[in-house]
Amino acid sequence: MLEVRSLTKRFGGLSAVKEVTATFETGRINAIIGPNGAGKTTFFNLISGFHRPTSGRITLEGRDVTGLRPDRMAALGVGRTFQTTSLFDQATVLDNLIVGHKLRTQSTFWDVMTNSARLRADERACRAKAEEVLDFVGLAPIANRLAADISQEERKRIAFALALATDPKIVLLDEPAGGVNPEETVGLANLIRKMVRSGITVCLIEHKMDMIMSLADRIVVLDHGEKIAEGTPAQIRANPKVIEAYLGADYAAA
Amino acid sequence: MNIFFQQFLNGLTLGSVYALVALGLTLVYGILHIPNFAHGALYMVGAYVAFFLARSVGLNYWVAMAGAAAAVAVIAVLSDRLIFHQLRHAPPLHDMIAAIGLLLFLEAGVQAIWGAEFHRLQPPYPQIVRMFDLIAPAQRLIIIGAAFGLMILLHLFLTRTMMGSTIIAMAQNRDGASLVGIDATKVSILTFAISGALAAIAATLFAPINLIYPAMGNLVIMKAFVIIILGGMGSIPGAILGGMVIGFAESFGAFYVSTDYKDIIAFALLVLILSFRPQGLFPSGAR
Amino acid sequence: MTPLQKGLLAALAAGALVFPFVAANDYYIYVMSLAYIMAIAAVGLNLILGYTGQLNLAHAGFMAIGAYTVGILTVDYGWPYWATFVLAGILAGVFGLAAGLLSLRLKTHYFSIFTLCVGFIIYLIIEKADGLTHGTVGISAIPAPTGIGPVQFNSTVPQYYLVFAFLCLSLFVMSRIVNSLLGRSFVAIRNSEELAETLGINLMRTKVLAFVISTIYAGLAGALYAGFVRFLGPDLAREHHTFDMLAFILIGGIGTLFGPVLGAILLTWLTQSLQFLEDYRMIVFGPLLILLVMYFPQGIVGFYRTQQARRAAAAPAPERSARPARVEEARVNA
Repeated sequence: MLEVRSLTKRFGGLSAVKEVTATFETGRINAIIGPNGAGKTTFFNLISGFHRPTSGRITLEGRDVTGLRPDRMAALGVGRTFQTTSLFDQATVLDNLIVGHKLRTQSTFWDVMTNSARLRADERACRAKAEEVLDFVGLAPIANRLAADISQEERKRIAFALALATDPKIVLLDEPAGGVNPEETVGLANLIRKMVRSGITVCLIEHKMDMIMSLADRIVVLDHGEKIAEGTPAQIRANPKVIEAYLGADYAAA
Repeated sequence: MNIFFQQFLNGLTLGSVYALVALGLTLVYGILHIPNFAHGALYMVGAYVAFFLARSVGLNYWVAMAGAAAAVAVIAVLSDRLIFHQLRHAPPLHDMIAAIGLLLFLEAGVQAIWGAEFHRLQPPYPQIVRMFDLIAPAQRLIIIGAAFGLMILLHLFLTRTMMGSTIIAMAQNRDGASLVGIDATKVSILTFAISGALAAIAATLFAPINLIYPAMGNLVIMKAFVIIILGGMGSIPGAILGGMVIGFAESFGAFYVSTDYKDIIAFALLVLILSFRPQGLFPSGAR
Repeated sequence: MTPLQKGLLAALAAGALVFPFVAANDYYIYVMSLAYIMAIAAVGLNLILGYTGQLNLAHAGFMAIGAYTVGILTVDYGWPYWATFVLAGILAGVFGLAAGLLSLRLKTHYFSIFTLCVGFIIYLIIEKADGLTHGTVGISAIPAPTGIGPVQFNSTVPQYYLVFAFLCLSLFVMSRIVNSLLGRSFVAIRNSEELAETLGINLMRTKVLAFVISTIYAGLAGALYAGFVRFLGPDLAREHHTFDMLAFILIGGIGTLFGPVLGAILLTWLTQSLQFLEDYRMIVFGPLLILLVMYFPQGIVGFYRTQQARRAAAAPAPERSARPARVEEARVNA
C-alpha cells in the first residue's frame, strides 16, 4: 500500500530522518516506535505531505506521491490524526465531523451562492457520512454535545472519526492513546482493529508498549532518524538493538 | 560632496533610531513571541514624557530622557504582566488584538492630556558642528553616538552579565531555560523593560529634529516590524543591520527618487522579500 | 432556525423598517444608516477574521478603494452611480486577490503585519497621488445613488431603506456562505490549518477565497459610504477604521453572522450618545478591546449561541428518526 524508499529529511545540518526504507502492507496494522526524538512524527509529516523530503521516494499504491501537499495526499486516501486534536469547541460533536467528507464533494462557489441541488446533495452526503463515522467510533449518543464538553478519550475517538470521514485507504495515527487511561487504551485498540477489519490500513506511532505489542502486525523501529529494526512484535521484543536504543526506559511507560 | 554627506548622515541618523526601536521590538518578539503592536505607542509616550519633563518640569534633556526611559519601561512591564502574560495560552489572535487595544488607549490618553497639535522638543545642543568642510547638526551626531553607545551597552549586558545571558538562554530554548531554573517571569519583565526604555530613548533622541504628535509612532512601528521580519526575529545584529538598511534606503530614496513615497520603501521591500521567502530572510530555528 | 430565532429576526427586521417613523429626527436616521454601512464592512471582515481566523488589518484600505472608485468616476468622469458601485466591488476584489495571493502564505503574525503595511500603502497612495485621488483635499459633492424607477435616493429616509436593503442582502449572502460546506472549511482552517489540510482542504485557495469575498464586501460598503456621506478623504483608508470594525466584531460576537451588525449598531449609538466621548472614545475602546479579548472573547452573540447549544445538548439524546431536525438547529450554530 505505502512504500518509502531511502526517505531523508534534513533541517539545516540536522538529519531528522535518514535513509528510511519501509513497506506498509494493505490491511495491516503497522506501528512506528522509537525513543523520543527518533524522528517518528517527522516521518509521518513526510508521508502525509507536511514536509518535502530532502531525498527519497514515497509510493502510494504504486503511484509516486513524493512531495505532494497534504490536501492532495488526503484526496489520494491518506488520513491522519495529530497528537492534539483541535476541534471547534463552540459547535456540536456532529457539526465538527461534517467538514470531514467535503473533499469527496464537487460543489463550487456558484453552487454555494445559488444553494443549488448539488450543494444540498453534497451537504446531505457529508452529514450522513458524519453520522456514519460517529456511529462507527461508538459515539452516536454524544452527537449533540458541545465539542468543548467531551472527555480526552472521546476527543481521540472524534479524531479517528474525522480521519475516517475522508474515506481514507490508509490512516496515520499519531499517538492515538496519548493521555488516555489503560482501560480506555484497550477500547481505542479495539477501535483500531475495527478500522482495519473494515478495510483500512493503519499506521500508528505510540509509546505504550503493551498496546503496540498486542495490536501491531508489523513494527518499524526508528532511532536518531534511522530504521534500526523491522519485524513482528516478537522479533522486535527480542532485538538487542531495540532494547539498547530504549535502554529499558519506555517499557514501564504503558 | 557635502550633499552626499548630508544624506549619508541622515541615513545613519534614521538608521540609528530605527535600529533602537527595532531592537526593543525584536527582543520582545524573539524571546516572548509577542508581536507588540503597541511598541510604536510606547515610543510615542516616551517622547511625550521627555517633552513634559523638559518643558513643564524644566529638567535637563538627558535627565528627561532617563525619566522617559524609566516611565515607558514601567508601562511596558505593566502591559506585559497585566495583559500579555494573561494571554499566553490564548490563540495568537488575542495577543494582537490586545496590543491594538493598548495602542489605541495610549494614543488617546496622550491626546487627552496634551492635545493633538504638534509639539517641539528643544535639542540640548542646537549648534552645527563643522569638520573639514563638512557640516553636521550636532543633534544628529548625538543620535548616532548615543545609539551606537546603547547598542554596545546592550551587547555587553546580554553577553557578559548573568541577567543578560538568561535572556539569551530563553530566546534559544524556552523549555530548556526553565528546566535549568531560569525564572521566566524575571526574563519577561527585564525584556519588556529594556524594550520600553530603548523605544523611549530613541524617541527622545529623534524628537528634537522631528515633531511630537500622537500618531508619531504609527509609521515607526510598521517599519520596525519590517526590519525585524527582514533581519530575523530575535536577532540583534539583524535589527541593527535592518534598521541601517531601511534608514539609508529612505534617506537616499527621499532625496534621489521621491520624498512623497519614501515611506513606501520599507514596505515595498517587505512585500518583495516576503513574496519570495514567506518565512523571512532569517527564519529562526528555535520555534 | 428555531421558531424563537425566527421570531426574533422578524421582530428586528420589523423594528428596522419602522425606525424612520419613530426616530426623533433626521440625524438619528443618518446615524443608523451609517451604522448599517459599517456593519456591512464589518460582516465582510468577520469572514476572514472570525470564520477563517486571519487578522486582516488592511480592511479599511479596501473600503477606501471602493469608495474612491465611486468618488473619482462619478465626480471626475461623470459616470452613473450604479455602474461605479459595481466596479467598486470588482476593483476591491481584484486588489484583494493580489494582496491575498501575496499575504496569505504568511502565518498569523506575519500576515497581520503584512496587511497592516498594505493598508498603509493604500493610504499613502491615495494621499499622494493627488492627480487621481485629489489627495488630502479629498473628493466632495459625490452624487447620491441614482434613483431606481420612481424612487429617489437623495434624502435621508430613502437612503436609509436603500442601505438597509443592502445590509439584508449582504447578510443573506453571508449566511449562504457560512452555513455551507464552504463556510465549514473556513472554520476548519481557523481551528487548525494542519488539520484542515489533512481533511483535503486547499489552504491557499480557500483562504484567498475568504479574503477576496471580504474585500468585495469592504469595497461595496465603501461605495455605499461614498454615495451616502458624499465626501471622501484619504483618512478613510487608515487603520483606525479597521480597529473600529475590530471592536464591532469582538463585542457583537466574532465568528457569528449577526455579531458584527450588533456590534456596529451598539457602538455607533454608544459613541453618538456619549458625544463628548467622540474624540476620546479610544480611551474607552482600547481597554474595552483588551478586556473583551481576555475575558469575553466570544462577544454577545457568541455567548448566546454557546449557551443555547449547551441547552440543546442537555436535552435527551434524539432517536435516529428525529435527528434531522436537531442537526438543522446545530447547523446554524456554526
